[in-house]
Amino acid sequence: MKRNIESFRKGLIDGIPIALGYFAVSFTLGIRGGDVGLKWYQSALMSATNYTSAGQAAALSILEEGGSYIELIISTLVINLRYLLMSAALTIKLSPKEKTGTRMLMGIGVTDEIFGISVAQNTPISPLYNIGAMSVACPGWVLGTALGGIMGEILPPIVTSSLSIALYAMFLAIIIPPARENKVVAVLVLLSALLSFLFTKISFLSGISTGMKVIILTVALSALAAYFFPIEEDNNLEEEVE
Amino acid sequence: MNDKYIYISILLMAVVTYLIRVIPLLVLRKPIKNKFFRSFLYYAPYVTLAVLTFPSILYSTGSFASALAGTIVAIVASFFKLGLPVTAAAGCITALLFQLFL
Repeated sequence: MKRNIESFRKGLIDGIPIALGYFAVSFTLGIRGGDVGLKWYQSALMSATNYTSAGQAAALSILEEGGSYIELIISTLVINLRYLLMSAALTIKLSPKEKTGTRMLMGIGVTDEIFGISVAQNTPISPLYNIGAMSVACPGWVLGTALGGIMGEILPPIVTSSLSIALYAMFLAIIIPPARENKVVAVLVLLSALLSFLFTKISFLSGISTGMKVIILTVALSALAAYFFPIEEDNNLEEEVE
Repeated sequence: MNDKYIYISILLMAVVTYLIRVIPLLVLRKPIKNKFFRSFLYYAPYVTLAVLTFPSILYSTGSFASALAGTIVAIVASFFKLGLPVTAAAGCITALLFQLFL
């Protein structure tokens, strides 16, 4: 019991910097949601039920074009598939005795950051640590989105149109630093950007929706990279920012 | 955009995302070792984010010139690893200044 309280408290504290980072990213998602036509509370609801920046950004682009539910489902699946790997890594570090309800609660908050801090804990991991971190970080994600959405509705258009670049700038800040360290990632990022651009310019491809483009390019390019340049170690997943 | 479409979309996303996260916690008892699958999942976010960013970033603000300027500043800021909030703020301020004064 004492260990549980201590784990929860430690999780709360470790969740604070994550919450601050989430606030900044999700603020830009709230702005983007407003651009697409969502009310601030709809963007906040999406955040409260998803906790995935790339997945939500892709979904907003799909909604913007009035894409189909199937497209939305496949895109969400492909983009968020890496959480499968994280949960699989997490589950072996739990005591087999942890109850189904506890596991289901933990599942809500398997994000890149929370996964990162929880695998750094001694095994078996106390679920209370994750739940502590989630209970700080997740509200940060939702509040940021709500505030971004509200700001988008009340600020003058010249300011909101300037803020609209923020989400993409964040994405650049996620993908460019690792590209400096890893040549495969660098080439992959350049190739992805180039092909994405060509998809909008070449006439027979320009009819393809954003969601389909994300699905096709993510599956094809990642598969090629994985085939020709398989990675050796598994600790890379922890460095990503979401 | 009608509300029904928005709420159904949010629900579908939530279900898919949650299932991906919770199924391994409930049923798996050993790690996923497949090297190809692991590598695929390592590379996938970079492709997705690059595809989402380009070319959309160039049309994200009120004018192409301000977006291009913001993009260049954001690329430089992220190249020098200034972090997410600083990179985003730098891109926004550049875009705003361009729209105000040019």
